[in-house]
Amino acid sequence: MKYLLMIYGNDELWSSFPPEVFEEVVRDTNALQAELRESGEFIGAWGVGGQELAKCVHLDNGVPAVTDGPYIEAKEYLGSLDIIDVESEERALEIAARVPFARVGKVEVRPLLHEAAEEI
Amino acid sequence: MSDATPTLEGLLRELAPQALGAVVRRFRQFDASEDAVQEALAAAAAQWPVEGIPANPRGWLVTVASRRMTDHVRRESARRRREVDDAAHRAADARLAAPADETDPGAAGDDTLTLLFLCCHPSLSAPSQLALTLRAVGGLTTAEIARAFLVPEATMAQRISRAKATIKKAGATFELPPPTERGERLRVVLHVLYLVFNEGYTSTSGPDLQRADLADEAIRLTRAVRRLLPDDGEVAGLLALMLLTDARRAARTGPFGELVALADQDRTRWDRSAIAEGVDLVTETLQTRRLGPYQLQAAIAAVHDEAETAEDTDWLEVLALYDLLAQVGPNPMVTLNRAVARAMVLGPDAGLELLATLDDDERMADHHRLHAVRAHLLEMAGDTEAARAGYLTAARRTLSAPEQRYLEARAAALRD
Repeated sequence: MKYLLMIYGNDELWSSFPPEVFEEVVRDTNALQAELRESGEFIGAWGVGGQELAKCVHLDNGVPAVTDGPYIEAKEYLGSLDIIDVESEERALEIAARVPFARVGKVEVRPLLHEAAEEI
Repeated sequence: MSDATPTLEGLLRELAPQALGAVVRRFRQFDASEDAVQEALAAAAAQWPVEGIPANPRGWLVTVASRRMTDHVRRESARRRREVDDAAHRAADARLAAPADETDPGAAGDDTLTLLFLCCHPSLSAPSQLALTLRAVGGLTTAEIARAFLVPEATMAQRISRAKATIKKAGATFELPPPTERGERLRVVLHVLYLVFNEGYTSTSGPDLQRADLADEAIRLTRAVRRLLPDDGEVAGLLALMLLTDARRAARTGPFGELVALADQDRTRWDRSAIAEGVDLVTETLQTRRLGPYQLQAAIAAVHDEAETAEDTDWLEVLALYDLLAQVGPNPMVTLNRAVARAMVLGPDAGLELLATLDDDERMADHHRLHAVRAHLLEMAGDTEAARAGYLTAARRTLSAPEQRYLEARAAALRD
């Protein structure tokens, strides 16, 4: 079962780390990913470009209109995401709790819809 | 499986477990032997189309894999040099004369079964059992298996090598489980084959060709198990169930990859020869073997497959079979299906009454399928409002994209 782990935070939070803490977070992140790679549960991890890079596309009478943003009012927004393939939700939550950013930010866990339906 | 015109790929997959069995017997190391055979299969896939298929293709694979094993052992350590030379000698001997276990089809068959038991070792998780079975017994490459399960190849490679390490750590040997454990271990093997089949059968879009291939692969492997254990009723039952279910594959999805429910399928698109084979198999088995859940599920599939139209379905027979199944192998999914059969025979209220017994079952209370079936029975009972709400609840809870679209469409159809 595949799960999406979304790491939420904001610029203020990301930039508040002292360099040594940031290094530790990077090191722990690499270690966790190496471990998940080893166990065959790791699909991928991606950082998401900052809000200033976000674009919105909307079709206006069939014509695509591209705007900057959204500059969401929310306090926290998506910073990076991981996709894992695990046995159970329990395991997904266990991994989420070990994402170093969970110490300061928040990790949202969502199952991914898949193309196969379990048969009766 | 079309034995008449085997493709190169089909031939290699057929030979994979036989070659692996021979190599493991000789070198005793399952994990390294498995890698060596994969390399030999890759070499064959590259060479045979150019140079032609050798006179003894299995011997060829065993020889090439043995050579790899010799290299592997040689690399391992100086301390074991003496064993290496010994192994190298034996591998060289193999090129001159095939040992008995390579020519005796009985031994090769037993090897396939032993491999299946090993790959479905209880120390492994279900995804690992599936992956390892497809590679070691099915002869699929890691890339093919990764594609089938929609994960990167590196992920699958890790999963497989970890599975092999786990088996090694659990102390499993290349031997059939003792007779006292064999029954239980065979259940696991059959369940793994069933999961492989489902993984292929239930996919409806995306890279559907590769995944449909998994259903074929499961049928092929189950046929192989049946050849080895012709007297086991559940092996025959599982094969019949696969054939009778797979017969509907073409009619199961619409032009846009959407799910088509059994009642709405174009039955002229069902595979008649698969149905005939499945019906014969389950009929014979039910008469002569000890009854089991796979046989009963196959019998139910046969009743559906033999109905000319959905209205012709012999629901009385279906209900009788589900009643039996509820005794032989009760589980919440059986209850769910039995409720549908009851509704068809006795009316929606009788079905809803049985469904209510699942509300306290924590495995089911929140399950999308309970909501979907209840919505269906409410729709039958004419309670459109509650049915619509039920379909939408089910749609929110399912993790299957096609099923979500299907349930949302059912809800939308009730709006007017």
